[in-house]
Amino acid sequence: MSAPPQHCVEFRRVSKAFGGPPVLDDVSLQLPAGLTTAVVGESGSGKTTLLQLVNAVLRPDSGDVLVNGEPIPTGDLVAFRRRIGYAVQGAGLFPHLRNCENVELLARLDGWPLAERRARCLALLEQMGLDPEIAERYPFSLSGGQQQRLGLCRALMLKPDLLLLDEPFSAVDPITRAGLYETFRRVQNRDGVSTLLVTHDMREAVRLAEHLVILRNGAVLQSAATGEVLDRPADPYVQTLVKEQL
Amino acid sequence: MVASASRRRAWRCTRFPAALAALCMVLLLAALGAGAALAGERPVRIGSKNFNESYLLAEMAAQLLEESGIAVERRFGLGGTLICYQALTAGEIDLYIEYTGTLSQAILDLPLDADLSALRAAVAPDGLRLLEPLGFNNTYALVVRRRQAQALQLAAIGDLAAHPELNIVVSHEFLQRDDGWPGLARLYGLPAQVSGIEHGLAYQALQDGAIDVTDAYSTDGEVKRYDLAVLADDRGYFPSYLAVPVVRADLPVAALEPLALLGGRFDDASMQALNAQVVFEQRSFAEVANAFLVDQGLVGARDLAGAEWQALRDNTLQHLKLTGVALLAAVLVGVGLSLLVFRRPGLSRSLLYASGLLQTIPSIALLALMIPLFGIGVTPAIVALFLYSLLPILRNTVTALTNLDPTLLRVAVAMGMSDAQQLRWVYLPLSLPSMLAGIRTAAVISIGTATLAAFIGAGGLGDPIVTGLALNDVGLILQGAVPAAVLAVLTELVFELVERLLLPGHLRAAGS
Repeated sequence: MSAPPQHCVEFRRVSKAFGGPPVLDDVSLQLPAGLTTAVVGESGSGKTTLLQLVNAVLRPDSGDVLVNGEPIPTGDLVAFRRRIGYAVQGAGLFPHLRNCENVELLARLDGWPLAERRARCLALLEQMGLDPEIAERYPFSLSGGQQQRLGLCRALMLKPDLLLLDEPFSAVDPITRAGLYETFRRVQNRDGVSTLLVTHDMREAVRLAEHLVILRNGAVLQSAATGEVLDRPADPYVQTLVKEQL
Repeated sequence: MVASASRRRAWRCTRFPAALAALCMVLLLAALGAGAALAGERPVRIGSKNFNESYLLAEMAAQLLEESGIAVERRFGLGGTLICYQALTAGEIDLYIEYTGTLSQAILDLPLDADLSALRAAVAPDGLRLLEPLGFNNTYALVVRRRQAQALQLAAIGDLAAHPELNIVVSHEFLQRDDGWPGLARLYGLPAQVSGIEHGLAYQALQDGAIDVTDAYSTDGEVKRYDLAVLADDRGYFPSYLAVPVVRADLPVAALEPLALLGGRFDDASMQALNAQVVFEQRSFAEVANAFLVDQGLVGARDLAGAEWQALRDNTLQHLKLTGVALLAAVLVGVGLSLLVFRRPGLSRSLLYASGLLQTIPSIALLALMIPLFGIGVTPAIVALFLYSLLPILRNTVTALTNLDPTLLRVAVAMGMSDAQQLRWVYLPLSLPSMLAGIRTAAVISIGTATLAAFIGAGGLGDPIVTGLALNDVGLILQGAVPAAVLAVLTELVFELVERLLLPGHLRAAGS
């Protein structure tokens, strides 16, 4: 093991099937640490499966997944997953918890003192452009965009080594989305958390990510820096994607 | 603004566990109450059947024991001969008043003419003793209007043979029984064919002159009230139904002495008069019993002014105990089972199906089914109420757990919550509204159903209802029915409050 790892996530000949044809077929990948990688593919391409293999919600049929240079532990996944922030489309906020309780939940389970976790929560709200007044309200009172911002706050609460984003910007209107991109980029530029973003939107990928992985029918068509993908698409399908986003 | 928001927050943080603790506390206290009652110095438990005379005599026994400083528990109104006898042999009660004819026929399967020593020998193996008979004989009898008896010089049943013009109408049961009309008619040479009437209507018909002769129990209060003459059974057709206390052989001697005071103290006429006081003068058993015992110089006069309130309080507490313990058990088992099975659809379905099947058993039948398993009294009642409460809790909890938003569950796993943390922070709180609605339904059903528990000697607010039904006394029925209804409404309100404390507004479903 080389330290510090150059790759935040590494797939070594990973295959995964759910009783049918493989959803991921012999995938090998190395994703750069400290940058944002976008996994782009249409639905059914295997991109969400790929994401869930990283935080061990799913296990590969064959091959190895390494996170920060280490294989995924076989036993206690709780501690492992707490090092990985997770945000999903629709935010997935718990409706019975107040907004601040949603953000602070993991810190609370980790035994952070109230004052400390509250301070961290309020700082995150501010970073994400949320009014601290909403802390005491419940998620149902927030707009879709605000809920997504809150979901990102929750994912960042424990200062994770890796951030997994499962189409978190898809379910909001274009104007709100533009604001979210802006916020996200600002936070990324400052903190540089290794991020794996799954999206079907090439435009979004190009806008947010330094590194792109193009996935189709369970196979990686191209994995390279964003500029390189744009300049030298490795495949006609990738070329179509590149053209479409222009 | 911020300060008030954080105060609100702080309050909610503390009120969630506090309210939950309060709910558990109430249920726990109810359970402890039951436990304490079992553990303490055991009072003498007196049973009675659910008709007037049986209540009255049992109350007299109770007052005599209390006069001697012996604690008494009244388990009156048990639903029938076999329940009483079984309760006695099982040690659920210590004594009740039985009739010799019933003992020999219905219980011991002895010949009808078995005498007292034969009966004593027959009950001894069951660990029971018969005390001295009380003196009266509550057997079948034929009755006529006294004026007509005098006019026609009717004194004995045989005298009817000379008056074929008399309209003899007997109850349907009496008409068909082996020891009823057919044998009687043969023995005394009476017309074989007579017509039948509903027993409850016979006295009125007799008084109105619509009929002339009917069957009765010889100590019915109606015999005195309607001024009827009982025709003598001079050829001894009817078996003797001598009232006699049946007690457990292990009853302390101190309790036997006061009970012995009842021996030979009554005759048919005095028993008729006592029964009539309860039935027609609307006086309580306690009052009539006390007046008689005072008159006989056996006990001091009682101030019964507060007795009804005392009874109301005792019955209500007992009712709460029955439903509280059953509900607590149903919540623990119901929620526990739900958590065990909800991930397996086949198992959940079977479980819901089974508990749904339990729910289709009529409550009174379910209570009766408990008797062979748990005897009579509090235990079978609680078990039955527990089974009844299970379905709403189970159904609501399983349904809620299986219909949770899959995204939230995936997020909970992916965030790094342990199984226990997922349960505590996601599964349970998200299912809580539906779960509470199920518990609320179960509680209200239990409070209603528990009124039936009096039939198997568990007491509670069903006690006055059962007694009232036996006496056709609406006032008495209401003494149980009204507090039960009030309890049901209060329960609704308490749960409303609990929901307010536990659930934020947007999760409080209007319908559930």
